Amino acid sequence: MSVDVSKVASTNGMTPATAKGGKAAGAIATWADERLGLGTAMKKNIRKVFPDHWSFMLGEIALWSFVVLLLTGVFLTLWFDPSMTEIQYNGAYDPLRGVHMSSAFASTMDISFDVRGGLLMRQMHHWAAHVFIASMMIHMLRVYLTGAFRKPRELNWVIGCLLLLLGTLEGFTGYSLPDDLLSGTGVRAADGFMKASPVVGSYMSFFVFGGEFPGDSIIPRFYAVHILLIPGLLLALIAAHMLLLVYHKHTQWAGPGRTEGNVVGYPMLPVYAAKAGGFFFIVFGTIAMLGGLFSINAVWKIGPYDPSKVTAGSQPDWYMGWPDGLLRIIPAWETHIWGITLSWNVMLPILVMPPLLLMLLMALPFIESWITGDKREHHLLQRPRNAPTRTAVMVALMTFYGLSWAAGGNDIIAIKLHLSINQITYFMRGAVFIGPVIAFIITRRWCISLQRHDEGKLLHGYETGVLVRSPEGGYAEKHLPIPESKAYTLTARDDDPRPETAEEIEASGVTGRRLRLRKLRARLATVFFADNVQKPTVEELHEAQHHAEHELHELESQISAGPNRHGPAEH
Amino acid sequence: MTDAHDTHSDPHGGELAVTGPIPDPGLPEHQWRPTDVDPAKEKRAERQVATLFGLSAVCTILFLVAYFTFDIGDDWDVVAGFGASTMALGFTLGLALMLIGVGVIHWARKLMADHEIVELRHPARSSDEDREVAVQAITDGLTESGIGRRPLIRNSLLGAVGLLGLPAVVLLRDLGPLPGDKLYHTIWGKGLEDKPMRIVRDGIWTPILASDLEIGDLVNCQPDALHNPERYDIDPLEVEGVNLQIHKSKASLILLRMNPGDIIPGKDAKGESRQNWSVDGIVAYSKICTHVGCPISLNERTTHHLLCPCHQSTFDLADSGKVVFGPAGRPLPQLPIAVDDEGYLVAQSDFDEPVGPSFWERDYYER
Repeated sequence: MSVDVSKVASTNGMTPATAKGGKAAGAIATWADERLGLGTAMKKNIRKVFPDHWSFMLGEIALWSFVVLLLTGVFLTLWFDPSMTEIQYNGAYDPLRGVHMSSAFASTMDISFDVRGGLLMRQMHHWAAHVFIASMMIHMLRVYLTGAFRKPRELNWVIGCLLLLLGTLEGFTGYSLPDDLLSGTGVRAADGFMKASPVVGSYMSFFVFGGEFPGDSIIPRFYAVHILLIPGLLLALIAAHMLLLVYHKHTQWAGPGRTEGNVVGYPMLPVYAAKAGGFFFIVFGTIAMLGGLFSINAVWKIGPYDPSKVTAGSQPDWYMGWPDGLLRIIPAWETHIWGITLSWNVMLPILVMPPLLLMLLMALPFIESWITGDKREHHLLQRPRNAPTRTAVMVALMTFYGLSWAAGGNDIIAIKLHLSINQITYFMRGAVFIGPVIAFIITRRWCISLQRHDEGKLLHGYETGVLVRSPEGGYAEKHLPIPESKAYTLTARDDDPRPETAEEIEASGVTGRRLRLRKLRARLATVFFADNVQKPTVEELHEAQHHAEHELHELESQISAGPNRHGPAEH
Repeated sequence: MTDAHDTHSDPHGGELAVTGPIPDPGLPEHQWRPTDVDPAKEKRAERQVATLFGLSAVCTILFLVAYFTFDIGDDWDVVAGFGASTMALGFTLGLALMLIGVGVIHWARKLMADHEIVELRHPARSSDEDREVAVQAITDGLTESGIGRRPLIRNSLLGAVGLLGLPAVVLLRDLGPLPGDKLYHTIWGKGLEDKPMRIVRDGIWTPILASDLEIGDLVNCQPDALHNPERYDIDPLEVEGVNLQIHKSKASLILLRMNPGDIIPGKDAKGESRQNWSVDGIVAYSKICTHVGCPISLNERTTHHLLCPCHQSTFDLADSGKVVFGPAGRPLPQLPIAVDDEGYLVAQSDFDEPVGPSFWERDYYER
């Protein structure tokens, strides 16, 4: 598509730019195209359109922080020695000189104190990991709350969930590598989790650790997983994620000229490439600042791992915090029966809940489309308020996550707020169940209230803040209609489908299990859409408009006739 | 608009056209920016972008200067808990990168064409013709292979390939040895008839006289054999490097002296009283939490309760290490102790149950 550049800054030129030495570039392009056929692929994609919105940047943060992880990670591998061989530390850091430690810990110390820029790279790597996982989570919330996961993007949602899982595992294996006291305690707990697995627990532990805990195999094995296996999977899945994004084209917000059938925005070259490319430097720079100015995982203060030692306030990195919280608040349930031991107190919070929640997360798009029966493609985003039940489901899940996560810091909360750790724990046991329910109800009603507010704006206009007094002395606030483009944006949404009634299902002649399933589906759909506000019809809008005009007219004639002539000006 | 529920009548997967009560006013008219129409503003924006890039270059130079100026190693605590080198490198590198990013985005916003372009979407699905051709191609290929007509070949292939899954699993067998009875024993049991295993202080490895401890004292201990293996006829290699870590992860011990009257002696694995497992109010318990294996460390002096810092399981050391709070499912294992000829505290035997986290076959344990 050609663009009117008649007035665009002259630096852009009116004719296509020809770089100096264009002949050489052209020759190279020809050479490459004759072998790779790049022309056809580029013809379509060089000016590919990307819509603009701040929330579309969240996934970009994840992508760019992953690039930073790759760059800083490669740097670290040049010095890190993933070995558990015991050596005596003799490096630059005085307080630990002479201490026996694993080579892994010693080389981490060397990176921190004997390699210039090494500590910066270590801290950047760790900060980038936090940014990576946090931005993936927030990106996921954006995608869910705006309905961007709907057909045809369900598979990309599933890929995203897997990326989050892999990112978390990558984080765990990564922060365990320095073999310091804190992460070693985490690995010790992981050994306990494995041993709690039914039937194969102790075998699993012996295989993973190459013998009895801690052994001397776990760091080299984590290293292989951390720098080869998981990054490989992450790269492959990120590539798939991006390819699907390009194939589906990005979703966009409704607005004048923006429909289900088009995508409106800036072309990849130059604007989007410049913005996204520039943003890479900003993310990279921010992480460099964090790494340079904010200490993270100061292993030299923690010391090397020793199975007989532990620090108070031991906690995993924040993204592992929520299962740890469940692990803290679960009652001491352990069954001893027929000579076998079932550790519910470990299995439920660690081996059952996280996989269960992940599967639920992956299934959300499919559950929703089954309930609503909506099998159409969607490219316009929904505002969270316009899908109250969906929004409430996510807020309930977030509440569960947040409470579990807070429970993972129950000792810190107890110390900082001078509370009893026992009472916090008892409170959390109830709160993780009740909190999400309350959050669900509040969010749902809140969304519906916002929908009503939108309807009010459409039918009665916006509040001008102009108060008028009638000759009788009554006060009223003047409402004015909202601009057409805003009104259009508010109404550019789909009506909720009407769920099937029991009679309709009976009449369709299905029987047995299918009948029951369809009735269940209809009931769920009724609950799903209950109390939602639909957009006004043409007639309702006209009537409201007519009514508003009439009212305004009446008010103004009263004002002009009355003693107070300082009313609002002409409209 | 198609009915959302009627999926059968909508085989195309549905292209959705929202029909609203207000007609689409269409894209708003493009507005020229000040930099598009005012050459002075355009020049200024150009200078701003170039200045940002220039400042970035300055920061890169400063980064190099910092790299060669600041020594690391001897100034690890200078600024904010870590070295001046790290701080200067991070600050200059961060600024150099950010300024490029800000410059490029400024360029894009002020000077690059800001016309929005409209691109049409197409359904994700392939066209019916394409599908037919694809299905035909698959059918042709399968027919030509004859896989449907030759079940013998098909089934033997499936069987053979399926069997290849086994080597993939079996090859992992040597990841580690089988547990055997390793989880059931600690080095405490390796004392000799005439030289029972002494309990020594962790870190300084000195034996402990019962009279050294006052009521309320808690001591972190290890078996003497880890430091002094020859005394117990143990090969020194047994307690070096990785073996030392393994022994410590099971044998770590806590001694606590309390008022002898406070102790409620429980029963041992055979159901006999633990009356004589303590010495003058000194009790010994495994330091390894029965929940997931953290070393327990936080002592409540007045209540003889011991708290695990990982998940806050709390054990009562006066009452057989019973769990009084938290997620741990079992009491802490107690080590029966006595004093030797020289008056030092020693272990009477090994623990009478496995220490540390639970595992499936734990109760098969028989001493």
